[in-house]
Amino acid sequence: MNREEALFEYLLRLGDTDVVLAQRLGEWIGHGPVLEEDIALANVGLDLIGQGRLWLALAGEVEACSKGAGRSEDQLAFLRDGSAFRNLQLVEMPNGDFAMTMARQFYFDHAHLLSLRALARSTEARIAEIAAKAVKEVTYHVERSADWVIRLGDGTDESHARMQKALDALWPYTGEMFVTDAVDVALIDAGIAADARTLREPWLAAVRPVLDEATLALPAGQWMQGSGGRGGKQGVHTEHLGHLLTEMQHLQRTYPGAQW
Amino acid sequence: MSAEWPLWEIFIRSQHGLAHKHVGSLHAPDAELAVKNARDVYTRRNEGVSIWVVKSTDITASSPGDREALFEPSNSKVYRHPTFFPMPDEVKHL
Amino acid sequence: MYAQLVETGLSKLQARADMAPDEQAFQARIDADIKVEAKDWMPDAYRKTLVRQIQQHAHSEIVGMLPEGNWISRAPSLKRKAILMAKVQDEGGHGLYLYAAAETLGVSRDQLIADLHAGKVKYSSIFNYPTLTWADIGAIGWLVDGAAIMNQIPLCRCSYGPYARAMVRICKEESFHQRQGYDIMLSLCRGTAEQKAMAQDALDRWWWPSLMMFGPPDGESVHSAQSAQWKIKLLSNDELRQRFIDQTVPQADYLGITMPDPDLKWNPEREHYDFGAIDWSEFHNVLKGNGPCNRERLAARVKAWEDGAWVRDAAVAHAEKQAARAAKSTVGASHVR
Repeated sequence: MNREEALFEYLLRLGDTDVVLAQRLGEWIGHGPVLEEDIALANVGLDLIGQGRLWLALAGEVEACSKGAGRSEDQLAFLRDGSAFRNLQLVEMPNGDFAMTMARQFYFDHAHLLSLRALARSTEARIAEIAAKAVKEVTYHVERSADWVIRLGDGTDESHARMQKALDALWPYTGEMFVTDAVDVALIDAGIAADARTLREPWLAAVRPVLDEATLALPAGQWMQGSGGRGGKQGVHTEHLGHLLTEMQHLQRTYPGAQW
Repeated sequence: MSAEWPLWEIFIRSQHGLAHKHVGSLHAPDAELAVKNARDVYTRRNEGVSIWVVKSTDITASSPGDREALFEPSNSKVYRHPTFFPMPDEVKHL
Repeated sequence: MYAQLVETGLSKLQARADMAPDEQAFQARIDADIKVEAKDWMPDAYRKTLVRQIQQHAHSEIVGMLPEGNWISRAPSLKRKAILMAKVQDEGGHGLYLYAAAETLGVSRDQLIADLHAGKVKYSSIFNYPTLTWADIGAIGWLVDGAAIMNQIPLCRCSYGPYARAMVRICKEESFHQRQGYDIMLSLCRGTAEQKAMAQDALDRWWWPSLMMFGPPDGESVHSAQSAQWKIKLLSNDELRQRFIDQTVPQADYLGITMPDPDLKWNPEREHYDFGAIDWSEFHNVLKGNGPCNRERLAARVKAWEDGAWVRDAAVAHAEKQAARAAKSTVGASHVR
């Protein structure tokens, strides 16, 4: 795999993760626990689609450089099958109840912010630019998900139980955020990509105090899903992604070549 | 009925404004979420504002004053603005 | 409109001579275009009518999130998905501004929501129709938001200050909504034969319900006359409907699709479009609960509310705990001294 191919893969990981998570958040609109939250979740979703579009568009340009022709953001989002998607397994997990959604967000947002801060220093100017803008948005996402984890963890007995259950259920999907493979290594060495391994400690350092304040326990399991090179970033997904993509891609698949 | 969230009045000072203006109200369980919700609800088309939130019950009004709504267009999410969609000249009333 | 058939509780239009002195003074302010504000004295019937009207409008926005929200997950491009999410989010925001306006009249949002869920109050008939294709999303933006704008612009001048100001904010956001709908229709009508057929099919299904949105002819309605006197309803249903038709037909002509009305024809003497008879029995049935989606719409709102109860309760519980802790620490601090 040459540098451009690795970069293409890496950008898909960033873009697909954002787009899939935005797809999940979009499902809440009109069904949230309170009107203000419908609006807030939509904002997070909109930020993520915006970022996802930029990453995918850049991926398409990189593809054009290496292969002579590159796909558009929509061709990438709507015409690849699940095994070609490179999002984290964590973000394709179903919304579940509000606690599950917030746990997923909480785990992801902190890691996302750390990763973007590192990417803002990327030697690849386009990446640095996208990341710098995204940092502002994701800083807010981090505050929001922490706010909710605290209120639900230290709220009622019911909310506490739901929140702990959600944290426990999603914990095994967090490991994937901090492992690297050959794709990453080539780019890390060139100062292009963030080194996910170095993010784990700062992530734990950020997550622990929030969970303490929320009177919640940090899960202790060691086994992580998607390990051993068989994670979402390598195209190995859960059963959930197929259904998500079927819904998302339906129109483009049914009317090939149409402009919308 | 489940527990009701208190009502908060929202005051916003825009980038170009000199003072906070009352823009409306919203419900939030506490001040911190009120500020964040106000950002999401009342500044979707705006950046860099200052937000004050006050519990409605904490406001004492001297006389029925005129509270003005705030609306200032901005270019962050471009498609929100009608000018983003070029409409054919021949078609009126859009 | 979004607030259809709003009852005033009165059986005849109040003549000024029949009004009590404070009512006369109140009416004089309205006649002079002085805004009524939340803490002003107002006749009970005015207050009640406004609460009904504003809440119907608010509920319509919230329920209106559902037919369009139905297509967020299937939007055919990332850009269209983002735009639709922003639009539906705006509708939530509009509902929020309107609930806030209603709350200035002394009702709580939670009570209004409870009334909606119990089936005690209405929302606009139009949202009881299903969104079957992506073209429906275009049709809704173009027709439904188009109709809403017709109604909302005059309301920016209505007599009740908080409602008028909410309408100003809403109107600023609404023209994006209509344009995004028409933009979708343009793309479809300029696209493949299948896309154009999709657009025509959506117009076929949404045209008549959009006309019904304005409500039945109200030349004879006591409620409409009273609301007009109070300046909370500024144009008659028929006037608005005619304006809407006159404005929209050329837009359809430009798209190359036709309204499903064989009687639709420009009348050069009237200088308006003549149009066919509206089936008001369908309208009344839909309002009564027999529309294609009434049960699902309400069930979805009730479910969201009930599923969210534990979340709302948790947030309040946390706020109370924080307050108790803050109180305790001040007490503790003073003891230390």
